[in-house]
Amino acid sequence: MTVTDLGNRVAERAATRPRHFWTIPRRDALVGYLMISPQLAGSALFVLLPLGLVVYYSLQEWNVLAGTFEFVGGDNYAKLLADPNMGQVLTSTAFFSVGLVVLNLTLALTLAILLDQRLRGTTFFRTLFFSPVLVSLVAWTIVWQFLLQQDGGVNGLLGVAGVDGPNWLRGETTALLSVVVVQVVKNVGLNMVLFLAALQGVPRQLYEAAQLDGAGAWTRFLRITVPLISPTILLTSIITVVGSLQVFAQIAVLTQGGPGMSTTVLVYYLYQQAFQFRHLGYGATLSVLLFLIVAALTLLQWRLRRRWVFHES
Amino acid sequence: MKASGKLAALTLTALLTVTACGGGGDAAPAAQGPQPLRMSIWTSNEAHLKLFNEIAAEYRKSHPQVGEITFDPIPFENYTTTLTTQIAGGNAPDLAWILENSAPDFVGSGALVPLKSKVENAGELVPAATRLWERDGELYAYPFSTSPFGVFVNTDLVKAAGQKTPRELIKAGQWDWEHANEINKAVAAKGKNGLTILNFDYKAWDNLATVWQGWGAKAWSDDGSTCQFNAPEMVEAMTFMHKAIFTDKSMPGPGTAVDFFSGDTAMAVAQISRAAMLEDATFKWDLVPLPAGPKGEYAVIGQAGIGVLKKSPRAEQATDFLAYFTNVANSAKLAAYFPPARSSLLTADTMAKTSPMLNGDQLQEVVIDGIEKGVVKPSHKGQAELAQTARAALDPLWKPDADVKAVLDGVCAKIQPLLGG
Repeated sequence: MTVTDLGNRVAERAATRPRHFWTIPRRDALVGYLMISPQLAGSALFVLLPLGLVVYYSLQEWNVLAGTFEFVGGDNYAKLLADPNMGQVLTSTAFFSVGLVVLNLTLALTLAILLDQRLRGTTFFRTLFFSPVLVSLVAWTIVWQFLLQQDGGVNGLLGVAGVDGPNWLRGETTALLSVVVVQVVKNVGLNMVLFLAALQGVPRQLYEAAQLDGAGAWTRFLRITVPLISPTILLTSIITVVGSLQVFAQIAVLTQGGPGMSTTVLVYYLYQQAFQFRHLGYGATLSVLLFLIVAALTLLQWRLRRRWVFHES
Repeated sequence: MKASGKLAALTLTALLTVTACGGGGDAAPAAQGPQPLRMSIWTSNEAHLKLFNEIAAEYRKSHPQVGEITFDPIPFENYTTTLTTQIAGGNAPDLAWILENSAPDFVGSGALVPLKSKVENAGELVPAATRLWERDGELYAYPFSTSPFGVFVNTDLVKAAGQKTPRELIKAGQWDWEHANEINKAVAAKGKNGLTILNFDYKAWDNLATVWQGWGAKAWSDDGSTCQFNAPEMVEAMTFMHKAIFTDKSMPGPGTAVDFFSGDTAMAVAQISRAAMLEDATFKWDLVPLPAGPKGEYAVIGQAGIGVLKKSPRAEQATDFLAYFTNVANSAKLAAYFPPARSSLLTADTMAKTSPMLNGDQLQEVVIDGIEKGVVKPSHKGQAELAQTARAALDPLWKPDADVKAVLDGVCAKIQPLLGG
């Protein structure tokens, strides 16, 4: 038997052998799908299904008390476009989100840089600044409500310094500012920890080399620190932007959207329409708008990452 | 179909099956064994709950088919919103306490079970108390609490400020808002709080009816179609309040938390159900009618009804329990905290037997006379949206330099479209 004959016989046997369905790649695929199936099921049940339902409800007029459902097509979307309050609501939302994101990220990065120094007591301060993240949100907000009263703790401290503090939660500007500050102090520790981890990943020799080349502190920060922690800046900015658009409890407890409508941000307006005024169809329409805004901003940030996020690879 | 496609289809089918199985929130429960009942209420006061539970326990003795009856307190501030959310989420209670400001919505929507034929001695219910809860001659909620507002007075604080007590002013025929304001100014000058209107907190403006009614003002016309916030009577009443808050400092300013029951406040406008909170009071107190206004004596009533939700799978049992809960005998017990709408019980003697916290004079002046001459706090269809819109438009009033007339014009500009006029 020649080598060629042997080769032909092996090929014939292989061709006549029954083919098994469960090939190794298929088994691997099955295991993979089984691994992710709980997450898939969770996402479908608790993300995709509610999303679909919200869109469905936005096309209905749902009278909760009477228990009636009526298809109204795009009426709720037409109402959204004609809503005289939307201008004020979107403006408040934009001011609130911009203020919160800028203040939170700036403060978090500043604290992280300060606490990244090898000094005595940094562990204590890291714990101190992170601890509000662990406190119950509503309890935290109620405490701040007392502190921000006309005769509360904040004005008491200002009084010691000889300053007559404003009625924080009753002024249109100060109320918005108060909610932003309460939220920032509550959550800045989370971003601080993320920045701290990123800062500790920056190779120290880069700073030493830059210093030998005569780069000052500001130049080292801009040319070394910022590029190398840019993935974390992207992550924290996405989390903070999305979070800022969903802040609800602080507004519900501190101001209930007032004074006037100065702190009525989109998510609170949605709650008012859907649950207080029982306009559930319109509330669902506002939810769709909120979803679109969050999705658009996240997509925008994700696209922009190519321009400013530094990747070693 | 590829294997991956089959797997995805299988997963989706399983998901839809799970989802379908999870639905049916309105489905009737298996009719086996004693059926529980749940009533939503706003009060979590222990004395109130104790009485409710005693009546429920008594009812269950003769109705073994009824299981546990729970009274589910919801905080007053978000009461109606939470109740509505429970209904929307398929978790509606069987019976619900309904506040007067949402009565037009609940009664008008057909969400409640008709009750007239079930209520014991329905003929003796005072017409003024049932008006809000009726439609086309049918009663849709039992007017459980018809409670006039009065003024709780910390007489210790008033005397310490060197002032005559309201009781003395009543005897002298001088119990009016001007004299009340003088007392509160004097107390505030001593570093304590003057007068607070409970639950107002510069948000629940409908509680201000307890003041503006003295000037003959109204939020809107009797047919509900025309805003009257900018009428001269309302401007006068609100000017009085604005001066009391920002000039006289006799009322706590916005953004100040005040608690009458802790003893730091001279007076509180509230209903008699709050008397239960004074059981352990460390100060001497009194309950007097609202001070007279420029238009003379008046009274304002807050109301609550209890209705059975049509959505309840146990609506029939719930209706039967409500009939028992509010029969003549139990109404007499409940009168200790919640003034009854039954004419047979509306006497100071009868009520005094069940209201140990209040004496005959207080019950006669505040409750009996109040129900007779009182008007119910403002309520309107779509009240939640109206209330919120008016609240936002009224906010500029709560500043020291506010132009009262201009703000009230602004309120009317905002709420008139919602009144439908």
